[in-house]
This record gives sequence, structure tokens and C-alpha cells, in this order.
Amino acid sequence: MKNKYFLIIIGSFFFFCFIVFFKGLKNPSIYIPELQKEKSFPEFKAKDFYSDKKISSVDIFNDNNFYLINIWSSWCIPCRLEHNYLIKLKKQNLIKLVGINYKDNFENAKKFLDELENPYSKIIKDKNGTISIELGAYGVPETFIIDKRKKIIKKITGPINEKIYNEILLIIK
Amino acid sequence: MIFNYIGNYSLIISVIISLIIIFLSISSLQKINIQIKINLNKLIFFQFFFVLVSFFSLIILFILSEFANITVFNNSHTTKPLFYKISGTWGNHEGSLLLWLLILTFFIFLYFLNSKSRSIKERLLTLIFQEVIIIGFLIFLLKTSNPFNQVFPIPEQGLGLNPILQDPILAIHPPVLYLGYVSTSIIFSSSLGALIQGNVNSLWAKHIKKWILISWIFLTIGILLGSIWAYYELGWGGFWFWDPVENISLMPWLSLTALLHCILVLEKRSLLSSWTIVLSISTFTLSVCGTFLVRSGILNSVHTFANDPERGLFILIFLFILVFLSLVIYFLYEEKLKSNNNNFNLFSKESSILINNWFVMYFLSVILIGTIYPIFLEVLSSQKISVGPPFFNKLIIPFLIPFLIFMSIGPNLDWIKNKNFRKKIQLIIFFILNLILSFTIIKIFGKITLTSTILLAASFYLFFVTFKDLIKKSFKNNSQVISHFGFSLLILSIIMNSILSKEIVTNLKVGEQINFLENTISFKKIESSSESNFKSLVGYFEIDSKNNKKFLFKPEIRIYNQPKVITSEADIKTNFFKDRFLVINLVKGGNYFNVRYQEKPLMIWIWLSTILIAIGGSINFLKRYEK
Amino acid sequence: MKLIKFLLIIFLYFFSFALFADEKNTALENKIFKNLRCIICQGQSIYDSQSDFAESMKLVVKQKLDLGMSEQDIYNFLKDQYGEWILYDPEFNTKTYFLWSIPILIFLLGGAIILRKLAVLKK
Repeated sequence: MKNKYFLIIIGSFFFFCFIVFFKGLKNPSIYIPELQKEKSFPEFKAKDFYSDKKISSVDIFNDNNFYLINIWSSWCIPCRLEHNYLIKLKKQNLIKLVGINYKDNFENAKKFLDELENPYSKIIKDKNGTISIELGAYGVPETFIIDKRKKIIKKITGPINEKIYNEILLIIK
Repeated sequence: MIFNYIGNYSLIISVIISLIIIFLSISSLQKINIQIKINLNKLIFFQFFFVLVSFFSLIILFILSEFANITVFNNSHTTKPLFYKISGTWGNHEGSLLLWLLILTFFIFLYFLNSKSRSIKERLLTLIFQEVIIIGFLIFLLKTSNPFNQVFPIPEQGLGLNPILQDPILAIHPPVLYLGYVSTSIIFSSSLGALIQGNVNSLWAKHIKKWILISWIFLTIGILLGSIWAYYELGWGGFWFWDPVENISLMPWLSLTALLHCILVLEKRSLLSSWTIVLSISTFTLSVCGTFLVRSGILNSVHTFANDPERGLFILIFLFILVFLSLVIYFLYEEKLKSNNNNFNLFSKESSILINNWFVMYFLSVILIGTIYPIFLEVLSSQKISVGPPFFNKLIIPFLIPFLIFMSIGPNLDWIKNKNFRKKIQLIIFFILNLILSFTIIKIFGKITLTSTILLAASFYLFFVTFKDLIKKSFKNNSQVISHFGFSLLILSIIMNSILSKEIVTNLKVGEQINFLENTISFKKIESSSESNFKSLVGYFEIDSKNNKKFLFKPEIRIYNQPKVITSEADIKTNFFKDRFLVINLVKGGNYFNVRYQEKPLMIWIWLSTILIAIGGSINFLKRYEK
Repeated sequence: MKLIKFLLIIFLYFFSFALFADEKNTALENKIFKNLRCIICQGQSIYDSQSDFAESMKLVVKQKLDLGMSEQDIYNFLKDQYGEWILYDPEFNTKTYFLWSIPILIFLLGGAIILRKLAVLKK
């Protein structure tokens, strides 16, 4: 009798393991950090893209406005894909776009903007990638939406597409 | 082209033979018939033969670079050297599974030839279980990962083998490791067969110990090879990273080590029979579980196979069929395991083996839980965490200290009861002397912490005790003494290595130099050249050490074109005291190179001692075989 | 008496050295690097990885250390940014309660079984 109970307990334990592994198979094994809760915007100092002058984040985000921070680079191919959406967003005039130029070379970056039009009202340089990490990004392209209380309310990993574009419009309207 | 069909149909024939064998075995279980046994011998050989044919077909496809075959297309390239074309056969998921099957069928053939001393019923039962496993893997291979699938239209060129895998050690690493993994299946099947027949006694222990030793020796060497490869090829200067795939290879080894000790008690004293069966089952289950975790892509690791959830699902179901099958059999026939010999004494060899098993199972559970816990947490609460080296270090290192001390005492006890256990004070004083020794060493060369001092003392202690044994009784029980001495040397080298390693990481450009620990490292020049399948950048470094010795290092960066991958080949200067390890990497933009220089004491002893461990096992095996 | 003398000498020997060594920053840096998991090459720590992300992360850690943040402050900061996944050394909290305790429980259980076996069989 004792054996039977033992068998049932161990059997159901293994069955439980089976279910867990079965479900685990469906989860993606690649980790993508997501924004779990609203975060206040960190303060940092950076160099301006054109003038090379040091500026503080407080001076950039001083208006009572929605801001979009876009991390981009001229060597990043998905950045080209999302560029059109950034320009469309700029034309809506509801949100200010700030670019962070990630680990890039000035000439190439300038060419990139001249070629595809500059959607940003301000661009800062992130030569060694540290500012992106302060923000919680890990690659290019990555986009953050900041509301009027200066809180990060949305984070987009990877390029902006039609669906995300509409989501952003909904947030800022 | 024709080889595609030959390979494919040979596999299908093997499935049919498997079914026939199972049918014949079951029918002849009722009536013992000598005639049938001989037929079985031939059938088993034919099954092995057909898998062999299919395996050679795949090798030929690789040699001929037949890109109509999808496995060849995905993993080969015409510019690849012939040696890597051949080793590429098992450097991928499909081919390695075929190799796995080849070994599986070969081993059951060997088993059947070498088990004539056992009762015919037990052999037939073992055969049935083994054929169930073979069928499982055959169907898995044919259904989800057939190496003989075709691509149309026929591509001009293949995609190439990942360059990190183009390495002589990695060419033999999988076959050796698989020899180890697969022979655990024989232990599994045989233990179930013996269990049903009620034959789990010291004779069976003697018989199965050969297989345990084979499996253990190959696993030891296989893990060693993987570790050496990681050391010089991944370019990080470490040899063990607690990466999920490494953990998975270590788990069956630990379980097998416990079994290897436990089987001694069964052989000499007819005790612990049910524990032996549990270990036999769990060793093989852990091997299959490892296959599942690696091939399904459920974990993410630096060593990845092509992932496909369908494959994962298949192995998962197969794994749990095996688990439930063995559970049911275990509980049905458990009464047959009752042993009447119940004489245990605290200071006896058998209780020290119990303690060994206790610690080994603990280490196993730490690794198992550390590896699969993130999966459980994610499924149950959808939160993701990482479990890495610090976790394993924290839970394993403190327990290593008593383990080492027990290990130095245990083998010197007698079976049943020890008579003279009065040398306690001597032992304590000896331990304190070791404590002083290790304290002095750490003080001179490194940074003191309490655990590292005690740990080093414990390993020195074991080292001296086993060394004394090696000299005193090397003729009496040499295999055990050699393995234990090897193990103590391994632990000692690992600990010294981890405490006393020194390194510097910096960015340098040609012409610059830097001082490090009384050495001057100067970057002389960089040369680039083109090989058949990669571009190479070789850096020339000169290191002047304090005693005016000069070393020239030539680390290399290889930029492969097919597929496009950059690898760093470290330059390592080895001597008996330490390894000097230098590796360079590209830095984006500018003329700088990232230079990492390490001095790693006793590195070579880590490899040598592991070989010593395996040699101990081999001596034991040969002695048994001669008898 | 001899034994006490012996122990005393040893005791003095240990205390003749100061039991602490000066904490170098690089050692701490490396320890932190080894404990951070790279998001680009997900099987490696940023210490081992050569990816862009890992290089930037190393800089950030160095900057934070220079600012006077402690090891734990840095972990908390990064945990906030990237989630607990980034730490190789799982903290002891509700999520990892079982992770830390199950192996220890197994160890204790094993010990209990062996003790019982020895005690019962001795009779």
C-alpha cells in the first residue's frame, strides 16, 4: 500500500515537470528587457551632435511636451526602415523628437541625415554607448516615449512599424 | 545523390529490424529457445550494419559536398579542408544524432556478445529495453531531423560550418562524449532487466561494472576535451563557465560517479541494491534530459544547436515515457530487491561510500536545480532570472571542504568494521599543518579569504593522503588510488588556479607597451594574410619577464568568410608551473586592439590530473576484463 | 601540554599577518563584470563578451564605481533598467526562495536518510 502512494506522488511530480517543460518549450529563450513600470527619466550630460558642446538632459527636456527619444546609428539598417515613421511623427507636431547617435562616426551620420531628412529637434552623441545604458537600452534602434511628467511610459525595442506608429499616435493625442 | 537514398532506406530498414527483434524477444521470453538467440545475434548485427551504412553515406555526401542534401548544404562548404568536411558530419544536430544511433546499435551488439554469463531472460529483457530506446531515437531522427532530406533546386554552395567548430579537438569531442552517454543506456536497460528477474546481486554488479567503467571513462575524457577546447578556442581563458550545456554534461557524470562507488558496495557486501537501480535509471534519464535541454533550445547557451520546438517536444515525450516506464517497473518489482544483509557500521568503507554518494548527489542537485530553475520560474510566474557561476560557487564550494576530508579518510577504512581508528589526533595535527601551508601560499601569492584558505588546506590534505596511498599501496588497489590521486590533484590545481590567476585587459596599438607584474608587454607589429577560407591578422607581442626571459606571442584573429564569423585564437605558452595566455580582439574604429594577458598557474595539471583519473578507471576496466 | 603549545604557536602565526588585503578596484570591477549577463550574447557575462553592449556596460560600471557607488548600488541600478535577468548571481527573494533552499533541503534529507540507516542497522 505504501508503495502505491509513493508511486502516485512521484508519478504526479514527474507529470508536473512534464507540463512545465512542455509549456517552457513555447516560451522564447531569448531575453528582451521590457519596461515593467513607469520610470522617471535619468539625468545625464552629453555632447551636442553638431556643436560638440556639453549639454545637460535638463536643458533638452525643458518644455511641457511629449518627447520621443530615438537611438539610431548610420550603420544600423533597421534604422533606415523606421526613419519614415519618425518623419511622419515630426510632421504631426505633437511630440518632440530627440535623437541619440549611438557609436557612430560624424561624417556618416551627417550623410545619413542629409540623405533621409532630419526628424530630430535635437541630437546628442553617444560615442561610447554609456548614455543608452543609463536609459536602459541595449542596442539600436530603440525608442522611448516620455510624457509631460518626465516619466518614461513606453519603450520600443527594434524598429518602429505601422502598428507601433499608431500606438504612439494614440498615446500622444 | 544515390547515397541520400541508401542512407535514408538503411535507417528505415533498421526500424523494421528493431520491431522484429522486439517481437522475437517477447515471444521467446515465454519459451527459452537457443535457436532464436542465434538469430537475434545476427539481427542485432544487421541493425548495427545498416546504421553504419547510413552513417557512411552521410560522410560520403559531406566529402563529395553534395549540396542537394540539406545537412551538407547547411553545414559544409567546398573551401573547407577535408578533415573538417568529415568531422562536420557530426558537428550538427542531424549528423550527431545519427552518430548517437550508430553507437547505440554498436553497444547493444557488444553487450549481447559479452553477456553470456547472464541468464537468457535477463539478456532478452535488456535487449527489449534497448530496442525501445533505439526505436525512439530512430523515429526521432527520421521524423524531425532526417539528415537525408533534400533541397531543390540544388544550391551551388553550402552555408559552411561555424568556424569555432573547425578544430581538431572538437572533431573528436562529440564521438567520445557520446560513447559515454550512450553506454549509460546499457546500464539502464540491464538494471531494469536484472530488476525484473530479481537478479540485482553482487554477480550482476560485477557484470555491469564494466559498462559503468566504460561509460565513466569516456564521459570523463569527453568533458575534458570540451573543456580544453573552451579554454583555448573561446578565448576567455576560462575552462569551465557553468554554462547550461556544460552543466548538462556534468550531471550524468556525477550520477555515474555515485553509481561507480555504490556498485562496489553491492559487489562486496550485497547492500544498497535499490539505490543502485535508482542511480542506474537516473544516469540515463539525465543523459536523455540533457539531450532534450540542449536540442530543444529551451535554454540559451553559448553552445547552440539549431533549435526547433518540434524536436524538443518529441524528445520530451520520449524522455517521460522512459521515466514512467522505469518508475512503474521499479515499483512493481521492488520487493525483489530486499536484501537481508544489514550490517552497517559508522567507521566502515560502506558508510564512507554512502557519504560520498550523499555529497555527490547534493552537487548534482545544485547543478540540476540551478540549470532548470529559470525554466520553472518563467512558466509558473513568467519572470525571468539568470542563474550563473556565482550561484554554483556559493552552494558548492563550502560543501567541498567536508567532502574532501571525508574522501581522504574513507578509502583507508575497511569493509564492515574498522579496527584501528585511533590516529585521530595525528590526523588533526596534520590538517593544521596543511592549514598553515595553504595560508602561507595564499599570503605570498594572492588575497586571503577564510574559505579559500580552508578549502586549499582541505585539498592539500587530500593530496598528501592520496599521495601517500599511491606510494604505499600502488600494487594492491592501484586503479582506485590513481583515480583518487588524480582527483585530489585536479581539485588542488583548480583551486590554486582560481585563487592565483592574474590578468590584465587593456587596449594597445602597435608600438605601445605596458607593465604588468614585473613583465613588460610590448606590441611589436601586426601582420595580415589570406588563407583558403579565412583572413588572418597575427599580432606579435614580446613579453620580458623579470628574470630576463623573453616570450614571443602570436595571437591571431581570424575573419572567416563562410559563414562570416570572427574568431580569436589565443597564443598560450605552457609550462609545468603556469600558462601564459594572450589573446587579442578587434576594437571598433581606430588602430587599437583589445589585449588580454593572463598568467594561470598549474593549468596543465588540470588536464593531466583528469587524464590520470581516466587512467585509473581504465586500469580497473582492463583488470576486470582479463579476469 | 605539548598540544596546547603547538596550537598557541599556530595561533600566533596566523595573527602575524594582517587578515585583510587592500581591495583593488580592478578586482572589484572584474567581479562585477563576471556577474553581469550580456544581453547581446546571451550565454556570456559581459566580462567574457566582446560585443558593443558589453564594452559600453563595462564603461558604465567603471563610471559608477568612480562616482562612489557600491557594488550593490550598481546591481540595483542595472536591475531597475534591465530586470533581474541581468544578474548571474540571483538574489535571495520570493522568486528565488526555492532555488536556494531546495538543494540545502536535499542535502539535509540525504543526511537524515543516511543517519537513520546507520542508526537502525546498528541495533
